[in-house]
Amino acid sequence: MAATTTTHHPTQKTYWLVAVMLAVVTAVEIAIPYISALDSVRAVLLILFSLVKFITVIAVFMHLRWDLRSYRLYFLFGLIGALAVFMVVLATFRAF
Amino acid sequence: MATHTDGVVQSDFESTGDPVHRTRKTAMWIWLGSEAFFFGAMIATFLLYRNTTDGGPGSEIFNIPFTSASTFVLLMSSLTMVLADNAFQNRDQRQGRIWLIGTVLLGLTFLAGQIFEFTEFVHEGLKMSTSPFGSSFYMLTGFHGLHVAGGVLLLSLLVAFSFRGRLSPDHGMNVELTALYWHFVDIVWIVIFTVVYLLQI
Repeated sequence: MAATTTTHHPTQKTYWLVAVMLAVVTAVEIAIPYISALDSVRAVLLILFSLVKFITVIAVFMHLRWDLRSYRLYFLFGLIGALAVFMVVLATFRAF
Repeated sequence: MATHTDGVVQSDFESTGDPVHRTRKTAMWIWLGSEAFFFGAMIATFLLYRNTTDGGPGSEIFNIPFTSASTFVLLMSSLTMVLADNAFQNRDQRQGRIWLIGTVLLGLTFLAGQIFEFTEFVHEGLKMSTSPFGSSFYMLTGFHGLHVAGGVLLLSLLVAFSFRGRLSPDHGMNVELTALYWHFVDIVWIVIFTVVYLLQI
């Protein structure tokens, strides 16, 4: 056997519950653009819900919550880099 | 053997201590981080050109209900993928194979939806060469689609290996690395769906 230490992962029930939660959040996201009362906060809400889904998938489905801290750092470095590239591209072309 | 305590599973299959496994997983996370750079640049490029339609069609041609269904399919494929990974870690080859096949089918459904969507858009006059909006839209969603296609290919290979008995419990890392890649493709789509589709309508 290759393993020498143990890791903690959620049970199948947790995976199903998270999937239902993701589906519900997606349904709410889809409804938001069609609710005119939310027009002023539409972008904020959509980005917020997207962020919740993004973090949930990484933490639970990709096991980052239970895995080695170094994996979190590697990926965080990538995300910060991506955000930097994103801002530099927009700033270069004076998008804001 | 895996044991269940307080809603989490203690698995002795996936290792954090084995140096080879740890190295491969580290490499995968670093590569996924670099992929985030790539998609960050692509999304920024789309945002730059989102209003540059040059008289051609723009975001008004998006079919949100259809793309929402595709999004749901990809989201559920993440569930089947994690269940496959979980089954292989618990040494349940049969269940693992079933969930892998389910993931392949959901991935193919997403790709079929994307091909249908692109075909519709071309009929409505939005081509790569129509405008900067068209170029950046097809580049971003097309590259994501290529990533999905690559994932489907990897998953299909795993299914084939499992039928030939070449996906033994000690090769579980292959399933786990493919799962990481597949979930990454899913989280990229979560961002694309919000930024490219929902925020533009």
